[in-house]
Amino acid sequence: MSSGKGGELIPSSSELDLDRPNIEDYLPSGSSIHEPLGKLRLCDLLDISPTLTEAAGAIVDDSFTQCFKSNPPEPWNWNVYLFPLWCCGVVIRYLILFPVRVIVLTVGWIIFLSCFIPVHLLLKGHDKLQKNMERALVELICSFFVASWTGVINYHGPRPSMRPKQVFVANHTSMIDFIILEQMSSFAVIMQKHPGWVGLLQSTILESVGCIWFNRTEAKDRETVTKKLREHSQGVDNNPLLIFPEGTCVNNQYSVMFKKGAFELGCTICPIAIKYNKIFVDAFWNSRKQSFTMHLLQLMTSWAVVCDVWYLEPQNLRPDETPIEFAERVRDIISVRAGLKKVPWDGYLKYSRPSPKHREQKQQSFAESVLRRLEEN
Amino acid sequence: MGNTSSMLTQYDIEEVQQHCNNAFSQQEIVSLYERFCQLDRNGGGFVSGEEFLSVPEFAVNPLSQRLLRMLDGLNFKEFVAFLSAFSPRATVQQKIEFIFKVYDSDGNGKVTFNDMLDVLHDLTGQFISEQQREVDLILEMPLFTDCKQVLTKVLEEAGYNKESLLIMSDFVKILGSSGLKMEVEVPVD
Repeated sequence: MSSGKGGELIPSSSELDLDRPNIEDYLPSGSSIHEPLGKLRLCDLLDISPTLTEAAGAIVDDSFTQCFKSNPPEPWNWNVYLFPLWCCGVVIRYLILFPVRVIVLTVGWIIFLSCFIPVHLLLKGHDKLQKNMERALVELICSFFVASWTGVINYHGPRPSMRPKQVFVANHTSMIDFIILEQMSSFAVIMQKHPGWVGLLQSTILESVGCIWFNRTEAKDRETVTKKLREHSQGVDNNPLLIFPEGTCVNNQYSVMFKKGAFELGCTICPIAIKYNKIFVDAFWNSRKQSFTMHLLQLMTSWAVVCDVWYLEPQNLRPDETPIEFAERVRDIISVRAGLKKVPWDGYLKYSRPSPKHREQKQQSFAESVLRRLEEN
Repeated sequence: MGNTSSMLTQYDIEEVQQHCNNAFSQQEIVSLYERFCQLDRNGGGFVSGEEFLSVPEFAVNPLSQRLLRMLDGLNFKEFVAFLSAFSPRATVQQKIEFIFKVYDSDGNGKVTFNDMLDVLHDLTGQFISEQQREVDLILEMPLFTDCKQVLTKVLEEAGYNKESLLIMSDFVKILGSSGLKMEVEVPVD
């Protein structure tokens, strides 16, 4: 954290502070009010144009809002012969594909529930067998989900192995990220507890693969969650943890800053990069605009969900690295592989205001330049 | 102009362009409209203070509250007029007028000592009044720890005093000669 300039930085109580490296490195020049030389005159005090320019620049365009913008695909059906073709496509998708997919999904659920419930209730004594069967069943239902959107997923890289002290991290675009990864190998995930039918699923089925819940809005929650994470990662028999360090869904063109929680558990980090191809549908779940149900319906009425998943080389904390630097390094690896642009913002700024620390840094540097120039004669 | 539609007609664009004195090209106005709709999440036809503050880069700006007072409740036409001072086509006079309006919070055409003090406080936070600076014993420089003292000294050196009421022409005189750089680029697809 930057501390090199003169007076004391007033510590802020916001937890968000601890997670980020020096933002000044990323913000465009002009992030510190520029320091002219020479004696302080009235025009220097009254000239607030640099600050105003920064504000206007932020109003006109800013990198944070870009991360959550869903870019609708260009309409291609505006032609005389393309339009009927598109109409045929709509008919096929909504009236043929969609019902078929719903049937496939229903069949999948029936099979799953008819196996899962007995296994869950009857095999209570045989822990190992029960766990293995439940894992296999969860992988099965995820495959059914993927089939219900005709998921075309290319997996690259070695399949993750079940070893203790191993944590997987991935970039986050939608809740289907979890389903896509879970179908290949069983992960335990850490998720925000959702309301509705998703919440029901979370508390029943996902419990069996060993999930950890957190509540974004509770401040103390963070400590309990960190403790649970640590316990889980040390356990030999637990599913490997899958964490989305961005903390929120981003539109698959940018990546926001990673929270350091996953990187201070003392485990090996295995990065996974996920990139969706927007050719048929944009898989970004814009939680501000759609509910998860609507999002799933949108996926089920499009031709296919195409994506690439890369399992990347495991990384360890280097001796001279802090967890924040480690998180940034892993973010870099994932962003390069998935073709994402990095932005220096915390994903949680979607829900809250930035901490006063950044404004205070600007104020401090301006104040110091004023006082310094005042003393020149 | 349609508040809820997301399409601008050619007529709308020309009207906006006229209102801002041709500060922006038609393409830039279309881009600004997209941006305005993006910020105006609840579709009310104007961007509220909360919606502006949801842009982190804006929220951390020391002058954000002052600007919010000028920005709150503007419709698109007024929004573009507000931003016109930042266009490369704007004259130095227009830019100085904008700065004057930022200072003149009650809009009576006169900037008082307190107006200037308020802006200085916004820009320096608590870092001037609480900073303990050591007196330079060799040169015996006075100890300035207060915004009021800083402002008073600088004003007096420029020929004004605490009771002076600055008007637009004063600002032009003070700021006109320093190369005022106040430009923002509107991203155009």
